[in-house]
Amino acid sequence: MKKHVQQLGVAIGVIGLSFASTSIVAEPVDDKLIIDDEIEMISRAKAPEGHPLPEVISGWHYRTPETRAIETDTFQNPGMLGVEQGEEIWNTVEGSEGKSCASCHDDAATSMKGVGAAYPKWDEDSSKPINIEGRINKCRVENMGAEAYKFDKGGQKPLTAYIKHQSLGMPVELDLSQGEMQSWWDQGKETYYKRTGQLNLSCASCHEQNNGKYIRADHLSQGNVNGFPTYRLKQNKLISLHNRFRGCIRDTRAEFPAAFSDTLMGLEVYTTWRGTGLSVETPAVRQ
Amino acid sequence: MASKPRVKVPKSASAGDIITIKTLLSHTMESGIRKDKDGNVIPRKIINKFVCEFNGAVVFSCDIDPAIAANPYLEFKAKVTESGTFKFMWTDDDGTVFETEKDISVS
Amino acid sequence: MNLNRRQLLTRTVGVSLAGLFGVQSRAFATPEAVAEAVKSFSGDSEPGSGRIKLTTPEIAENGNSVPIGVSVDSPMSDDDYVTQVVIYADGNPNPDVITFNFTPASGEATASTRMRLAKTQNVVAVAKMSDGSVFTDTRNIKVTIGGCGG
Repeated sequence: MKKHVQQLGVAIGVIGLSFASTSIVAEPVDDKLIIDDEIEMISRAKAPEGHPLPEVISGWHYRTPETRAIETDTFQNPGMLGVEQGEEIWNTVEGSEGKSCASCHDDAATSMKGVGAAYPKWDEDSSKPINIEGRINKCRVENMGAEAYKFDKGGQKPLTAYIKHQSLGMPVELDLSQGEMQSWWDQGKETYYKRTGQLNLSCASCHEQNNGKYIRADHLSQGNVNGFPTYRLKQNKLISLHNRFRGCIRDTRAEFPAAFSDTLMGLEVYTTWRGTGLSVETPAVRQ
Repeated sequence: MASKPRVKVPKSASAGDIITIKTLLSHTMESGIRKDKDGNVIPRKIINKFVCEFNGAVVFSCDIDPAIAANPYLEFKAKVTESGTFKFMWTDDDGTVFETEKDISVS
Repeated sequence: MNLNRRQLLTRTVGVSLAGLFGVQSRAFATPEAVAEAVKSFSGDSEPGSGRIKLTTPEIAENGNSVPIGVSVDSPMSDDDYVTQVVIYADGNPNPDVITFNFTPASGEATASTRMRLAKTQNVVAVAKMSDGSVFTDTRNIKVTIGGCGG
């Protein structure tokens, strides 16, 4: 363990970054996430069995009061512009079959409720886990006669955000007993702990071992994924989970895997499980 | 893809109340000083003017510069004395005006 | 690729600023330019303090979207109201941010928005009353740079 810490220190010191070690540790803020004075969110939950941390905590608790406030008001939350766009897409006919999402699934508030809290699920056809983006594409190709969305293109982000938003407040819970979900979880865990890039960092280096500390001016969260697609103030738009995975890996100065690749699908299964019990926050607001 | 402007106005109020109005528009607010990958300046394209009218009279307006963040958010107050219609107008650099209206009943 | 610490830091900061305004070498607004703008806006009046309150975070998590609010103490009656509040920033590429134009029908001279800040700097709000008097308030906002500079 001590050796690991030294390696981390060397790797980071070289390029002028440092985890603020003992002096600046800011605990996640003790505050309640309530959306529109109505929906009480579960933003802290007892960790599931086998989790390395005692408690899972939403990234919301690591943000400044101003950023936290934006998420509590669905009017002020600019991510809702994407959700509204997703609603339009839901009701728009596309493809050779003359169907929209709504043609089969009617009102998303009913038919999609809970979906965002339970994905990724096992997909028998491909013998792989499938996430919401994948499920949308499967429906487009097989049922609508429309083209699959390319990564982050077309309506992929807004429609994913709209579907996940229907589960706002519901606790994340994956069914790992489906198909071979467990082996994808195992593979995702391996990715999570594997050090990579010129900085020699794993996901765990920041989000497990150093969450609550600062990496330069950035307050490190546990890296839970319950709010994706999430509105990032940095880009001023919705950012998809696989975009963030790739960005984070790129920042370790490593080659980053393709979106929806087996590596990142395993990581999605594993990191989603790590946030078990947290409310779906889509669209969350982050820095 | 542009979505329609979002505006929040209370549906009803008492005469003399000062109400809070919130507005949010989907817009990139391109500053005009960023460069693209090839080093060419990306032309400025922002919302440069916002006007809120009530029953035809201006209540509040803004002159906006590129330092306002993308997806411009504006929150302000209005004193209402009668029922009527708020009209909101955002003017783009290219001359496009985005408009929306909200009614309020005042008793 | 061999980068020393300073080169990397420069590049990292450059990338962050590039995300905002795209140009590293661009001239920035200065406190003097803002003082000049305030003077020109104020006309013959000497800006006073009090009556106007600028609300900002002390630290902005991301300079791309920083919430700011302004509130001016005024009866907002037909013959005594706030006509304008102008916001300036002394470290952005341009000092101008926004001008709020109020009327007696505003009820209260209060407004908020979200702004861009290229770096840590002062934000200045100046209110002009219907009688021509001027009041000002200034806040320093620290802008942080993300963990990995990505």
